[in-house]
Amino acid sequence: MLQKLKSGIVESQIFKSIFRHGYPDNDLDRAYAVFTNVFLHIHPVKVRRSALRMRYTFCLGGITLFLFIILTLTGIWLMFYYTPYTGLAYRNIKDLQFVIFGGNLMRDLHRFAAHGMVLFVWLHMTRVFLTGAYKAPREFNWVVGVVLLVNTLILSWTGYLLPWDQLAYWAVTVGAKMASYTPFIGQNGPWGPQLGFLPTNDIMFMLLGGTVVGQNALIRFYVLHCVVLPLVVTVFLAVHFWRIRKDGFSGPL
Amino acid sequence: MDEKVTREIFPRDSRKSYGLVELMKKSAPIIRKEPEDTVNVWPNLLMIEFICAILVTVGLMVLIQFEHAPLRSLADPSTTPNPMRAPWYFLGLQELLVYFDPWYAGVVLPGMIILGLMLFPYLDTNPKGVGYYTYTERKFAVFNYAFGFSLWWVTIVIGTYLRGLDWQWYWPWSNHLEHMNPALVTLIPLHIIFMNWFHVSEGVGKLITDILFVGYFAVWTIIPMIVWKPMYKAMGLWRYLTFMFFFLSMMGVALKIVFRLLFNIKYVLVTPWINF
Ligand code: HEM
Repeated sequence: MLQKLKSGIVESQIFKSIFRHGYPDNDLDRAYAVFTNVFLHIHPVKVRRSALRMRYTFCLGGITLFLFIILTLTGIWLMFYYTPYTGLAYRNIKDLQFVIFGGNLMRDLHRFAAHGMVLFVWLHMTRVFLTGAYKAPREFNWVVGVVLLVNTLILSWTGYLLPWDQLAYWAVTVGAKMASYTPFIGQNGPWGPQLGFLPTNDIMFMLLGGTVVGQNALIRFYVLHCVVLPLVVTVFLAVHFWRIRKDGFSGPL
Repeated sequence: MDEKVTREIFPRDSRKSYGLVELMKKSAPIIRKEPEDTVNVWPNLLMIEFICAILVTVGLMVLIQFEHAPLRSLADPSTTPNPMRAPWYFLGLQELLVYFDPWYAGVVLPGMIILGLMLFPYLDTNPKGVGYYTYTERKFAVFNYAFGFSLWWVTIVIGTYLRGLDWQWYWPWSNHLEHMNPALVTLIPLHIIFMNWFHVSEGVGKLITDILFVGYFAVWTIIPMIVWKPMYKAMGLWRYLTFMFFFLSMMGVALKIVFRLLFNIKYVLVTPWINF
């Protein structure tokens, strides 16, 4: 009965039109299953048995990616309830906490997946370092990785401002103040004032869209956090995965 | 890829738009590594990834039963929390503000960390240890990574647990509600110490620190060139100099932390423009 149902499904025109191959219970269809699928085809069709060894990668890169996906999904959900306006942002978060169904769940997931991503990206980097996987010909993918690491940190930090509570406001105020100490282009940095950089035209002003953390800073961080940085990460992830395929996986023989 | 063989038979030629890329037997597009021992990604690898994803989801779900995303009171520009802590992953940098001026701790040093990380694969000329965990075959590289990130994590732990009001040092058993008397500690630039020791003028005191500072970089760049000649030869001059600049800067950060915590040294080097 079940067998009949299964073959009825996998041999139907609809199934075939979607997947363009049979049920993956033989080598050929298993190969098709991976390389005719846009999401799965970042994998090779076959890997060395030893590359599966959990004690090599500990799945750390994969976990980082998975956390990024969770962040994207919960983040989009949160965007439906959030207004990047100083008069509303905090109340939106309160609503998520106390009024909106599933609000706490989504916010907690988003927050802890973010902490997790920072942690796991570092663990993944440590794994890559300790297995010498950054050596030729993978040097450039390591560089791409560092870009991802930095972007992960900045993503976390820009998201920190959005709840518009004391924690958010002051963490970002202190962080942005750092920018004003940038040599040459910061109002407080060495040679900054000499080169004509003032509170109203230096790098911190550019970052905040003003001299203090206010509405302009909020909208900047919002756009960076919800659009620009996730896009940058996605693009670099595409390069990252492409390069793993092209450079070959370093795994054990 | 076993390029040699194919290259010899069918040399690559930029005037040809076609060419034989690879020749191989067997059923997998992986060569050189023999004996071949491959498995299908579907279902073997995908199953592992799927299980990982489920475990992470379960882990998160369990975690958020115990811990919730924080939300303090509404942002208020007129009341500064004390102490003001950055998110944990930046606490290391915030802690460094104790030891260095902000342009260095907050801007130049993070930039150097990023740049140094990016350059590392190009500076590490040791071909050994790809594809397996080893310490013995690449002791120095592992030492660098471990040292750098120990600094990172130790300062995070200090920032999280050992800093209190006004970013002063509080032990877990100290009274965290009472301000420490900052007058108990006087921070002094190193050259003043030399002025007092040797009874010399400010100019001479500064000259000594200048020499020590430049000497630190110069001497420690030259000694390994002689003592570890093979390493230096393998790296070549520019790679070596670049590496040593980052390495000695990293060690310098650790040294400065020690000087500051043990001897209350504010700056080891004072110039008219910038101080370290
Ligand atoms: C958003 C962050 C990142 C994601 C999602 C990610 C994902 C991955 C994945 C899934 C792999 C496959 C093998 C594995 O799971 O270990 C991988 C490999 C690799 N990653 Fe990352 N990565 C990230 C950041 C980094 C960072 C920060 C570095 C280093 C600075 C890095 C360097 C590498 C290198 C060199 C490889 C090839 C490893 C090999 O051939 O053994 N990646 N990455």
